[in-house]
Amino acid sequence: MLLDSGTSNLLSVQRALDHVGADVVIADQPSMLDDADRLILPGVGAFGHCVANLIENGLFDAVLDYARRERPLLGICVGMQMLFDGSEEFGWNDGLGLLPGRVQPIPMSGADGGRHKIPHIGWATLERSGPDWAGTFLEGFGRDRAVYFVHSFSARPEAVSDILAFADYDGIQLTAAVRRDNIMGTQFHPEKSGQAGLGILSRFLAM
Amino acid sequence: MPHLRLIARLDIKGANLIKGIQLEGVRKVGDPNTFAVQYYQEGVDEIVYMDAVASLYDRQSMMEIVRRTADSVFIPITVGGGMRSVDEARDMLRAGADKIAVNSAATLNPSLISAIAERFGSQCMVLQIDAKQRAAGRWEVYRDCGRERTGIDAVEWAMRGQELGAGEILLTSVDKEGMRRGFDVALVRAVSEAVSIPVIASGGMGKLEHLGEVVEAGRADAVAIAHVLHYGSLSLPQIRDWAGAAGLPVRAMA
Repeated sequence: MLLDSGTSNLLSVQRALDHVGADVVIADQPSMLDDADRLILPGVGAFGHCVANLIENGLFDAVLDYARRERPLLGICVGMQMLFDGSEEFGWNDGLGLLPGRVQPIPMSGADGGRHKIPHIGWATLERSGPDWAGTFLEGFGRDRAVYFVHSFSARPEAVSDILAFADYDGIQLTAAVRRDNIMGTQFHPEKSGQAGLGILSRFLAM
Repeated sequence: MPHLRLIARLDIKGANLIKGIQLEGVRKVGDPNTFAVQYYQEGVDEIVYMDAVASLYDRQSMMEIVRRTADSVFIPITVGGGMRSVDEARDMLRAGADKIAVNSAATLNPSLISAIAERFGSQCMVLQIDAKQRAAGRWEVYRDCGRERTGIDAVEWAMRGQELGAGEILLTSVDKEGMRRGFDVALVRAVSEAVSIPVIASGGMGKLEHLGEVVEAGRADAVAIAHVLHYGSLSLPQIRDWAGAAGLPVRAMA
């Protein structure tokens, strides 16, 4: 089930899910989440705007209820950021609080102090954080495969164990994928990352 | 830096991919979707569709092309050419675009940039700048496919666009477009150094060395390639292999 968070990448995610053979329902009512086997929370644009959209449609609490039932939840981009306590984008806005941590601006310079471009736009490989991706939605993901990012803010999880993967940006480690039990997220866009991204969506659907 | 993005630019007239010279004289090349799918399979990083006419009829036809492409091409798709309003941007996003490139309308009404950025996010809002050199180190913004002067300085306009919420700049040199003699490296560098958002260099790619110049000397974050791809004089694997060997950080195709 794909949550209609009023975001402009909703249909892109739907197309990608259709392509990998998922049976997709777009949920725009809280009660629709009762029957979901899996839930994807897409999101692009400003964090506060995305959260406000969820609250307005009664979906904020519905996502929390869904998450408590321990069924798989995947947040994409701002959808992943919303899993955290909140974001500093345009002043503090609370998130869903399913994962401890905050979303902060990407540093304006790389590790060597040289300025780099913000937003961070483009393809990057995933660097493993922790021992193994076995049993996660990144299982079997190749080291040299790249996925597509576009973001100006980045999640800083409090628990290192929640981080599955980083992306390197001039020596700065950006949180690329997170997981704690049934709560999962990608900062990158699997729906826009070619075959590599479609493979990740397939693995999420198989969980 | 993240990987250098190799972007295929497809200029569209009606139902056809065309290739212009200095944005004016045009030739039909073929069905845009066929080209887009082929480039996707060969590992292009993004697709840019540019509506060269942008009449009401062409807009419908462009939406149809975008819809078809988005069904089978799972990389970012940018659509530009004649975008005049938030509603037009919304329709194109619904058809399957990920980003909207705005040019002429923004030069007449800069608030369109902030309106699109606020509604859909800056990641959606690409400021397209078509620039022509006026003097050494000075470039003027042109609108309406490089036909009309605006009196606006290209570097200043890029900075203004960033302030208004643009997330990227698609920078085309009207002088170099379709000439295959290389990018306007000085223009790209001037704009890229003036802004903190990524700059896509467009117009002039004729051989592999041009790519190296515009990335290294011009500091382009991404490169839009048209002519050499559409006519098959360079292929994406060829470009990627050359770039990799030259030390440019392109995406590995696994």
